[in-house]
Amino acid sequence: MRTKKFRPDVDVAPWKGGYSPYDIVKEATIAVIVVALLTVVLAVVFGSPDEHAITIKTWSNAAPVDFAVTALSELNGTSGVAKYGAPYNTGSSGQALGPLTLAKWVGPRIPVNTVADFIIDPLKALPNQPLLTQSLKQWSSASPSARSSWVANYTTASSNISFAQGQVVINAPSAGPVPLMINDLTEMARSGALDQALVTQAGFYTTDYTLPLLFLADGSYLANQAERQHLTGDRWGMMNETGNYPGQAWLWLYTFWYQVPPFSHSGNADVLVWGLMMVLSVGLLLTPFIPGLRSIPRLTRVYRVIWREHYQSLEKS
Amino acid sequence: MSYSEIERQWTTRLRRRFVHLLPPEKLLPDTQPTYVSSWIYVFGVTTLSALMVVIASGCLLAIRGPQWWHTSSVGHFVNSLHLWSVEIFFFAMVVHLWGKYFMAAWRGGRAMTWMTGVVTFLVSIATAFTGYVSQSNFDSQWISTQAKDGINATGAGAYFNVLNMGQMLMWHIVLLPLVAVLLTALHVLLVRVKGVVPPFEEHVEVNA
Repeated sequence: MRTKKFRPDVDVAPWKGGYSPYDIVKEATIAVIVVALLTVVLAVVFGSPDEHAITIKTWSNAAPVDFAVTALSELNGTSGVAKYGAPYNTGSSGQALGPLTLAKWVGPRIPVNTVADFIIDPLKALPNQPLLTQSLKQWSSASPSARSSWVANYTTASSNISFAQGQVVINAPSAGPVPLMINDLTEMARSGALDQALVTQAGFYTTDYTLPLLFLADGSYLANQAERQHLTGDRWGMMNETGNYPGQAWLWLYTFWYQVPPFSHSGNADVLVWGLMMVLSVGLLLTPFIPGLRSIPRLTRVYRVIWREHYQSLEKS
Repeated sequence: MSYSEIERQWTTRLRRRFVHLLPPEKLLPDTQPTYVSSWIYVFGVTTLSALMVVIASGCLLAIRGPQWWHTSSVGHFVNSLHLWSVEIFFFAMVVHLWGKYFMAAWRGGRAMTWMTGVVTFLVSIATAFTGYVSQSNFDSQWISTQAKDGINATGAGAYFNVLNMGQMLMWHIVLLPLVAVLLTALHVLLVRVKGVVPPFEEHVEVNA
């Protein structure tokens, strides 16, 4: 009969030492009580953050020019969402992991048409606006080249855009219906009606905030508020939360990669970091089977600290 | 019904197999090997305890619905309990994980125990993340709009839309906790079946 070689990082010898009394139920009960009390103390002392959500109404009232310029970017196709690609549209091929363009393969499964969804459809919902109705009719009956020309002229003039007395002020005489559309959309946003229009496109009941969140994220206001709350610092933002709270500290490794080259300079940073984290996660999962990685505990001898009493008793005996 | 008929029943066979694998004295032991004497062992039971508080506080939040904690001081306090129990849970879990790594706790046929622990850790991260993006406040707006790019870049964003609050809330309160709890139960059962990993065999060298 062949005997198997003892592998110290895989095998253990049967325990021939002693046993001591162990009341597992008592230990578990005490642990639950202690953790519950600790939780109550931390909750009483530190509470939890709850900064109100930003609405499109608050954004457009606080920064109407930023809102109007963002609306224009949705119309002229230069916004983040308009150029995003999958899963929202075909605005770009998206990020690539070597030869793999994963998002593009899946395609635009959450279709977002920035012109229709953010501008035209909400404006159509405004009642009793004869001038706007006429402008929307002019827009819908115009040729693509005429629309492009209007939007291009408005975009050129937008370097001097301002906001005064509740109106978007811009000198763009050759922009067709665009000035009225942008102005009315800004008014709609400031009244709060756009918030509602963006979430009710799917019907009365909804819990999907994809459209308003994408619109908000395209503007500068959300990012400025996050900066004010010290949430940015490039992309550490995802693990942070408002106030002096720990947030998702366990995401530190994921967000760390965004801070260092080559990820910090790569246009494919997101998919590269995800790819790396997948590899690291699989490595952690398969540690028991990876030679070298599974030997580190034995070689570093940290276990001598953990089982200090055990080894001390062995040395004494 | 004959005795042999009862013997062949699925129920009988399953019970026999379960009791053979995990007899009551293993499931609820009253002794333990003397080497199980270190502060590091506290973090496993702390993780489990924190998970119970997380679930209890989450259930309290669920009673009055997702908007309650924004408008009620009691609700806000329950949310604080939920937040801090999650922080304790992750702190204890990470220390537990590192402790088990340096004990090489996969030795002696315990690889599956290690692997269920790692998957539970990853599922817990996803569970916490979906909680953060379904808070319906400024934090959830910022975190979801930041996080969407990473998930979208993998192609998964087409099916797992972090901007869809309803979808994230359902994953947070139903699907992911269910997986996390089942995996935790399996992990604990495996610990009971296999026992706590013994120390490295250094005493051979000491005696030599």
